[in-house]
Amino acid sequence: MPEYRTASGHFAPLSAVIAAAILAVLLITALAAPLITRHVIKQDPYAMDLDALRQPPGKDHLLGTDSKGRDLLARIVHGSRISLFVGFSAAILSLVIGVLFGLTAGYFGGMVDLVLSRIFDIFLAFPSLLLAIGISAVIPPGLGSAMLAITLVSWAGFARLIRGMTLSLKELTFVEASQALGASTGRTIFRHILPNAAPLLLVAAGLRVGGFILIESSLSFLGLGVQPPTPTWGSMISLNRAYINAAPWMVIFPGLAISMTVIACNILGDHLRDRLDPRFPD
Amino acid sequence: MFLYFLKRLLLFVPTLLGITIITFLLMQALPGDPVQTLAGERADPGTIERIRAELGTDRPLPVQYIGYLKLLLQGELGRSYYTNRRVTDELAQKFPNTVKLALAAVLFASVGGVALGILAAVRRDTLWDRLASFLSVGGISLPVFWLGLTLMLIFALHLRWLPPSGMGNGHPAYLILPAVTLGTFSLAYISRVTRSSMIETLSQPYIAAARAKGLSGRVVVLKHALKNALVPVVTLIGLDLGSYLNGAVLTETIFGWDGLGRYALDGIMKRDYPVIMGVVLFGAALFVIMNLLVDLTYHLLDPRMRVQSGS
Repeated sequence: MPEYRTASGHFAPLSAVIAAAILAVLLITALAAPLITRHVIKQDPYAMDLDALRQPPGKDHLLGTDSKGRDLLARIVHGSRISLFVGFSAAILSLVIGVLFGLTAGYFGGMVDLVLSRIFDIFLAFPSLLLAIGISAVIPPGLGSAMLAITLVSWAGFARLIRGMTLSLKELTFVEASQALGASTGRTIFRHILPNAAPLLLVAAGLRVGGFILIESSLSFLGLGVQPPTPTWGSMISLNRAYINAAPWMVIFPGLAISMTVIACNILGDHLRDRLDPRFPD
Repeated sequence: MFLYFLKRLLLFVPTLLGITIITFLLMQALPGDPVQTLAGERADPGTIERIRAELGTDRPLPVQYIGYLKLLLQGELGRSYYTNRRVTDELAQKFPNTVKLALAAVLFASVGGVALGILAAVRRDTLWDRLASFLSVGGISLPVFWLGLTLMLIFALHLRWLPPSGMGNGHPAYLILPAVTLGTFSLAYISRVTRSSMIETLSQPYIAAARAKGLSGRVVVLKHALKNALVPVVTLIGLDLGSYLNGAVLTETIFGWDGLGRYALDGIMKRDYPVIMGVVLFGAALFVIMNLLVDLTYHLLDPRMRVQSGS
């Protein structure tokens, strides 16, 4: 497999380069979705054309139309916004919450650690989609409930990871030195422990983004995510499901969009992990 | 050894209680009266009275929680708003179907994943290895519901080899597509772990010795290396069982499989709160209990783990 030199002098495999390129294109697509649908595709993702229901891919509609005559490509382009936004913001949110609790448990130890670790266990015990379903029963489905559900099922994983890292970092000499010099607890934690844990944490979060996008699309598919008419990849599949035999493209293309995005995230995440530490836990 | 078991059991109790606290709080946050949520809308007056007496919605939350626990211990998960049947009875009826589906999926994932992993390890850095690694990335990246619909489209609707959905009164052909759909994610993980574990085992001196003895490559790999390489794989298969509950919600919905997952989704669609809470609680408790059993089994099976646990 051909390899390309990266800025830091390491070699990146072709697959990682392609994955990075795909993600870059996706991010631009998501940010510029309204411009792209108006000027490049020249189709409105919400406009229903009752004379063109379930059109197969063709000249007017590059990827065809859905069961309400809306342009599929324009909807997929718009759908990228929800998927990427929820995927990345859930990763950041759960990372922040996980870091706060994990640092506290690892640094203070004792009873604090015992209690917090039990709480991590409880959240890790819920099969994620089931907990998300329970939450969705309480909060009306939408962008907020999807993000909250994903964050609640994933923060504990990060918390446990950083707790372990804090436990070993706080035994190191430079932390002891900082404490001996009279640094406050906050300063020791945020200036000495956190920066040393940060690279691994970011990779761990990066590795999870693909999974978060999958949960978001599952929730949307189950009708628990962002509500119609806003296009999301998951809800597009569930709305067009009934026509899968007569008009399979309506289900195939949004699914390909999800798969391609998550594959790119996972390949890039794997690559970053291998670069950082080949023995990083799965 | 005994101490380790005791410690695990002691840690298990707070986890289980924590799960009930979360479902209790979710139930409190639901719109409407918690008594109604627990009893169901058309419950008989006796049940409603009993639940009202246990919960006493005017009493402070911790007292209500104790009442909730008492009800759970009596097996009271309430009645469905729609069918008016006890949620416990419905769970008992649907659970075996999910178990059947999950077992078929585990079988598919283990056999397929181990075979793919061995192939990748033995033919390391060849086209086979690349292909296997691409398949395993794909397997963990495809949305379960889309994979299921695509398989249904190809094998049931176009090729007409397999039935598209339903349970077919237990005919095994109906199990194939749902099991493949549900097992693919796991298969991908298992193949990854098998590959790396196999590569590590194959570099051990005893493998070199076996080869030096003149044994054929096949015997060395399948008889000598596989046994040791499978230890982490078996752990993974056990610990992954809970994730089948997630996949089951989606898979059962797509294939019209009458199990827990579809039951949960039906509950959501109809805002049937006792059903939703019942499945969430049952699913989480099941997950915790299975993890505990898997963990204890390994300690019994693997002598090295016993040394590590220090007893």
